[in-house]
Amino acid sequence: MKKDIAGFSVDVTEEGYLVSSAQWNKDIAEAIAKELGLGDLTPGHWKVIEFLQKDFAETGKIPTIRRVNKVGNIGTQELYALFPEGPLLKATKVAGMSKPVSCV
Amino acid sequence: MSDEGKIKKVSIIISQGSLEGAYPGLIMANGARMMGIEVNVFFTFFGLNTITKSKMNNIKVATVGNPAMGIPSLIGILPGMSSMATNMMKKQMEELDIPPIGEFIEMISDAGGKIYACLATVEMFKLKKEDFCDQLDSILTVGDFYNLAAGGQIIFT
Repeated sequence: MKKDIAGFSVDVTEEGYLVSSAQWNKDIAEAIAKELGLGDLTPGHWKVIEFLQKDFAETGKIPTIRRVNKVGNIGTQELYALFPEGPLLKATKVAGMSKPVSCV
Repeated sequence: MSDEGKIKKVSIIISQGSLEGAYPGLIMANGARMMGIEVNVFFTFFGLNTITKSKMNNIKVATVGNPAMGIPSLIGILPGMSSMATNMMKKQMEELDIPPIGEFIEMISDAGGKIYACLATVEMFKLKKEDFCDQLDSILTVGDFYNLAAGGQIIFT
């Protein structure tokens, strides 16, 4: 379905994930973050978002929280502090990626 | 999803000390935190091995009396069989990015999950707080556990 985010008309899934990451931009990220109650995105948030996007581009898979820790050097405590109550679900949504399907 | 239909808190009991006995509870605990669900993990009986410093990194798959393994017990009893099955399973889990036990406990704790040991078993096994990994939040009576679990779901594994 179509949704207006930050003045852009984009395609989203029922749960609000962008259908195509090509439609993503930083204004959209900021707007989704506000909608999720994360407030303004800090450099800490951007480090997570950029790692998720870069790792996905390299591997074709959304990284696990463990991989964000080991490869992205973003500790699990820090990740949960930045994106409380569902860090990977929220971070991927802000990053314009699809919903993660892994159990870990 | 509406808020009323959502699980907000789970308290998971891990009562077994084999690899296949401990992992399901750990995966469910971590998965709950990933969804923003509040988590308590209560370790009892041989499940305590999972958080005991000297034992937690040496947890093995049971190859005897485990019909699901597809190995007859008479063969499962041979030296090295349990280690071999354990290594095979660990390799598979590593491919899925499922961490080894010690790291998993740390991950659940870092994610905000609470780690508890059962007082009755701690006394029965003559263990002390120092015997447990740093992530242990406290040693609880069954009554304390029910108080903590109040208002949420309890899962026994």
